[in-house]
Amino acid sequence: MTSTLPANTDEQRLIDSLRAGDQAAFETLIERYHNQLLRLAMFYVTNHAVAEDVVQETWLGVLQGLARFEGRSSLKTWIFRILTNRARTRGQREGRSVPFSDLAVAEAGAGETGVDADQFWPADHSSSANGWVSLPRNWNELPEDRLLSRETLARVQAAIAALPPTQREVITLRDVEGWSAQEVCNVLEITETNQRVLLHRARAKVRREVEHYLNAE
Amino acid sequence: MKRDYFTCRELVELVTEYLEGALSARELAIFEAHFSACPGCIAYVEQMRQTIKLAGRLSADSITPQARDALLLVFRNWKKVGSNA
Repeated sequence: MTSTLPANTDEQRLIDSLRAGDQAAFETLIERYHNQLLRLAMFYVTNHAVAEDVVQETWLGVLQGLARFEGRSSLKTWIFRILTNRARTRGQREGRSVPFSDLAVAEAGAGETGVDADQFWPADHSSSANGWVSLPRNWNELPEDRLLSRETLARVQAAIAALPPTQREVITLRDVEGWSAQEVCNVLEITETNQRVLLHRARAKVRREVEHYLNAE
Repeated sequence: MKRDYFTCRELVELVTEYLEGALSARELAIFEAHFSACPGCIAYVEQMRQTIKLAGRLSADSITPQARDALLLVFRNWKKVGSNA
């Protein structure tokens, strides 16, 4: 995960280079953000071609707006806000206007537990009410090459792919791509609470998948 | 909640708030009182930490060559217009 200070210095360098017309700086930016933008655009529009279109417009908007960019938000947040604004407008024109934030509220609202209910003793148990039936395993005791194996990572990836869309987006931004909670809330326009609920559910499901996998032998 | 303890079942649902530093001072104290004495919950929180680390090891896929070429064209055009202006 990147800390704030070096990221800012890095961003400032990129902004300066871009303003000077440096193609390498632009390439760095599109390497870093293009696919993230594309993924996010798909929440707002109906198909991939339109999403590609919106992202291309976004990049043009970034280049054209660069002279006016004042650094009141981070460059990253600014770029993603351009994207969400355009994608939303486009989605509305297409008659599809389910903003991410509405989906997020719906997905965060549904009752769901992070751990299967039967992992705990029932509430009327005489000595261990709502306590663990069997203790979770300490993964630190596993050989590191098992925990960090390609197979385990493949399970993590598959578990993320299987999540409901807003949970998937939040865990991808937070844990895969290392965004801060604040950045995610700003860009997706969701509340801190919703962000946390979505992240919690997503992580809990991914954990459960890894646990099933690691316990399966 | 008037109670001054969390059960394991409750604690697992507060892990993200705990890791995000979003618990109130009172909740945090109750959380830690349970946590420091419960091997099951310690292992669970550790599993969550490991899960986060595992996700961090996945690499984001990179831009396709086609998209890249298209955007570099956008960039060159922008630069041309900019230098003519």
